[in-house]
Order: sequence, then structure tokens, then C-alpha cells
Amino acid sequence: MILQALAFYLFAAVTIASGVMVIAARNPVHSVLFLILAFFNAAGLFVLMGAEFLAFILVIVYVGAVAVLFLFVVMMLDINFVELRQGFLQYLPVGALVGVILLVEMVFVIGAWVVSPEATGLLAAKAPALAQATNAEALGRILYTKYVYLFQASGLVLLVAMIAAIVLTLRARPGVRRQNIADQVARSRDASVEVKDVPVGKGV
Amino acid sequence: MTITLAHYLTVAAILFTLGIFGIFLNRKNVIIILMSIELMLLAVNINLVAFSSHLGDLTGQVFSMFVLTVAAAEAAIGLAILVVYFRNRGSIAVEDINRLKG
Repeated sequence: MILQALAFYLFAAVTIASGVMVIAARNPVHSVLFLILAFFNAAGLFVLMGAEFLAFILVIVYVGAVAVLFLFVVMMLDINFVELRQGFLQYLPVGALVGVILLVEMVFVIGAWVVSPEATGLLAAKAPALAQATNAEALGRILYTKYVYLFQASGLVLLVAMIAAIVLTLRARPGVRRQNIADQVARSRDASVEVKDVPVGKGV
Repeated sequence: MTITLAHYLTVAAILFTLGIFGIFLNRKNVIIILMSIELMLLAVNINLVAFSSHLGDLTGQVFSMFVLTVAAAEAAIGLAILVVYFRNRGSIAVEDINRLKG
């Protein structure tokens, strides 16, 4: 029990500290790297809560795809980030005010709130005991049966996102010579070879 | 020293507040704003999983997976729009994005 508590406080502290660094780091590359650290520690929190599969997904999808995408974009764009940070301190007071008010509100809500005793009777998909099925197995059982339409719909969302990202960023640059295989294959002998009748002793 | 639901909810609340705070602080830099949105979505996911494991109901984890999917799609499209915008204007400062004002 004490080990679990220690692990929780470690993961929670590192997650929040790296969250602070994401918004406060001078260099956006550092921000992205701290975002990756926050995701890793959130995955640790998920493991502590018994959601191993989501922890794996978080590491694979977020760290492996989304954060690396951010890293690519940050490194690809040639931006003066110092200029973008102007007014950082100007917005600090109002941002801190809004943040503190929101945090206090949420802490009050969490402090004055209990789970209804009837809630245990209203479970939509009861988690099976660990001896019967692992987390991934149990999730798969309800994801591919009860939520199969939502699952297909999320696949469609990803497809649309992929097509949109490709269509948005694809461009035909002028002045770039590309190999056009259809043109090469469609070339006829008449278009490429010219026979000249050269007079003897005069040259072309 | 036992870790209860409230502990996880507090962590998620702090992360969510950090996300909003980040949007206020970095009002010019779209990339940091997108990262703050990712932080807020992570906080929401922590909430969903915490309730799911506390109540013993797997639906929260399934829903969290859908949130992850939509977050990945959102990040991909957002960054693509950002790249196209930078190609056209040479800047990503939020206050320069006013071309539709006419």
C-alpha cells in the first residue's frame, strides 16, 4: 500500500511539474519534450489505476505519434519564438487569476462530493475480476460488441483526419522537375527521332 | 496513506487548470496553445479512467479511448493547418490571423 502511494505521488508530481514546464519553457522543443514526459507519467498513473491497456495506448499514440508530430512541426517551421513570447508577463496576472479561481472551484467540487450508493447498481459494463480476464481482454470484449459502431466511427474520424492532413499539406511546387512515367511511356518514335537528309560533303 | 479517487481527481484538476493557464500565457504561439489543449484532454482522460476504476465500470475506459482517437485526429489536422498557414503568411502569431476580417 505504501509503495502504491509513493508511486502515485512520484507520478503525479512529475506529471504536474512537466505540465508546468510545457507552458513555461522558453524553447518550444523543450515544451514538446516535457509534454512527452507528462504523457509517460500519466501512463504510470493509468497503470496504478489498473488500466494497463490505456497506458500502452497513451505511450504508443501520444508519445509515438502526436508528440513526435509536434516535434516535427516545431522543428520544421522557421519561427522567431522569442518574438512570440512577448507579452508573456503581461498576461500572467489575469491568467493566474482565472486559473486559481477555476482550481479552487474544482477542489471545492471534489471535496464536497460523494459517489451515490445507487451508482454500483447502474454499471453499464462491469469490469470482470482480474483472474477471469485481463484489462485488454475485457476492454476488447465490450469494444468489439457493444461499442462496435462507435469503434467504426472513430476509425472513420481517423481516416478523414489522415486525408485532410495530406490534402492540406500537399503542394505542387513550380520549377521542380519530376519524372513522369506516363509521359515517358506514351512517347512515340515520331515525336523523339527526326531523320534528316544530309547532303554529301556539306554537313548539317 | 491510501490513494483514493479524490487524489486522482485533484491531479486531473491541476492538469486541466495548467492547460487553461497555458492558453492565457502563450496567447501568441499557436503551437503551445495546441499543446495546452493536449494537456487538458489528458486531464479529462485521467478523470474518466479514475471514475472507471473506482466504480469498476469499463465504459469509462472505452470512452477514454475514443477521446484519445479524436485528440490524435485534432492534433494532426491542427498541425496541418498550422503548416499551411505558415507557408502562406510566414508567421504563426495568433494576432496576425485576421485575414477573414476583410
